[in-house]
Amino acid sequence: VAAITAPATLKRQSTTTERIDLPRRITFLGAGLVVVLIGLLLAYITWNGLQLFTKSGVPFLDVFYPTWDPDPTSPPVSYGMLPFILGTLGVMLVAAIIATPLSVGLALFMAEVAPRWARSVTQPAMEVFVGIPSVVYGWLGITILVPFLRENFAWAGFTLGFSWFAGSLVLSIMILPTITAISYDAILAVPGDMKQASLALGTTRWQMIRHVLIPTAAGGIATAVVLGMMRAAGEALAVQMVIGNRPVIPTALTKPVTTLTSQITLDMGNTVQGEPWNEALWTMGLILLFIALIFVMTVRRMSRRRLPL
Amino acid sequence: VTAGGMSRKAGRIRTADRAATITLWAIAILVITVLLAIIAHFVVASIGVVSLSFITGSPEETELGGIGPFIWNSLYILGLTLIFTVPFGILGGIYMAEYAGEGRVTDIIRFCQELTSAVPSIVVGLFGLAFFVGVTGWGFSALAGALALTVFNLPLLSRLTEQAIRAVPADERAASLAMGVSKWQTIRHVVLPLALPGIVTGLILTSGRIFGEAAALIFTAGLATPPNYDFANFNLADPASPWSPLRPATTLSVYIWKLNSEGLSPYVRQIADGSAMVLVTMVLIFNVAARFISRSLQRRMAGS
Repeated sequence: VAAITAPATLKRQSTTTERIDLPRRITFLGAGLVVVLIGLLLAYITWNGLQLFTKSGVPFLDVFYPTWDPDPTSPPVSYGMLPFILGTLGVMLVAAIIATPLSVGLALFMAEVAPRWARSVTQPAMEVFVGIPSVVYGWLGITILVPFLRENFAWAGFTLGFSWFAGSLVLSIMILPTITAISYDAILAVPGDMKQASLALGTTRWQMIRHVLIPTAAGGIATAVVLGMMRAAGEALAVQMVIGNRPVIPTALTKPVTTLTSQITLDMGNTVQGEPWNEALWTMGLILLFIALIFVMTVRRMSRRRLPL
Repeated sequence: VTAGGMSRKAGRIRTADRAATITLWAIAILVITVLLAIIAHFVVASIGVVSLSFITGSPEETELGGIGPFIWNSLYILGLTLIFTVPFGILGGIYMAEYAGEGRVTDIIRFCQELTSAVPSIVVGLFGLAFFVGVTGWGFSALAGALALTVFNLPLLSRLTEQAIRAVPADERAASLAMGVSKWQTIRHVVLPLALPGIVTGLILTSGRIFGEAAALIFTAGLATPPNYDFANFNLADPASPWSPLRPATTLSVYIWKLNSEGLSPYVRQIADGSAMVLVTMVLIFNVAARFISRSLQRRMAGS
């Protein structure tokens, strides 16, 4: 009799455990799907991005040449992507240089200076800024900024208006809310005791901001800037619309340049799958993926915590 | 140090403080002015363009060219994307907040979430082109576009849900568990209702982003000019039906980009300005709705 009842008890126990575990397994599906999707993405972009080397036999180092001339009807062809890589980095850096002081200033304003009514204006404004689609910024750039530069600053070299600077300026507006929001969080995270200790010693507000707030929040602010740069490097359409798309090594802020993202956007529709020109565009995608990976690693290193999405 | 030197230094410090305050105010005013100028620009530019026939009409119906089919496609792809992201995103968020321990599996999921949020949307579009358009054989379609958007919105929603759940006070959870309620029942009846306002707000703001996204859709949902949609045609297998997920579906954002690169109509500028106004208005509506709904949900939760 005992031999019969014991397994029955065991069985009942195990079904109870399974029932408790069921929600865990079902919810895990949701979390696991992210891994599956990004895994597929990595596999497909890597596979397609390497075709230029494996199938078409282009030597790997040719990618770092400064000449981009992939048109098979005008030999010799060259798949140098240096203009795009440098263009992406250059446009990104100048955008960060323009956006950082404004964003950090705005974050400081919201955290320390703004009266309640002003904060109730700036916070929703930031949300609207984030929400404006990139094509709208691009369209504004092409209809307002580019003609403005051409008509008023031709003497400075903006003969076309389409330029490195135009791309960076449009991007700086797009990354401003990102840098502001994350810096703001970092500034708010500074313990109130530290601020009060400083003010109690008789410092002015600005001395407190400069010598207590900014140094303490510096790590968070740096993370914010890197995340802004990450967004800038990956932005495609707004940049493509104003940058002029000329595959040259960037030398002047006033002249047209190009980026990895804009070249993919422009050429993907004009090339045939399987030809080396098309494969080169996938290689650019792979380079962008690699840049994204570097950004994730950098932010993880810097903040020693999770990447804010 | 003389008394005069001291007061001169104190004066300089006070001046610096005042200058800093003025600078910070100036930055805030500059940024808000830029935003208001952008909105004002589109309001002015769209006067005489945006009308009921512009919003509902087809490109060839009116002289100016309507944007009705593009608005429909944007909403359709948004809806389709939400069908995929909402269940899986919320489930993923629950798992990460309630079940995930410290370990390799959790680390891998986190890393994948972060990497997905870092991948440029044009690269997600390339992946969509290879996989959802090519491998599946669906071609340029609303479904391929929606799945591409799912790739980067899934971790976002998952993360928003996780944060909303983590923000639920531990007391609420402890009270329920102390009464002997099982963990899942606690999640379902205590934690999720309390986290709902946060989840809904995040969802609506995410929707605004999905609505405006273009780079990931160019190579997945396509650039085709939509035919005259017959909304009485519910045959989902028919690519001419506006309800079919397997038809090419150019969205409003993609249309603005397309107008700029290959616009043939003499009214390109008016059409694009009007379309941009509609897009910006939709974004504003999404923002206001998010605030309104989260506030009313919070009030109802507090009431019960």
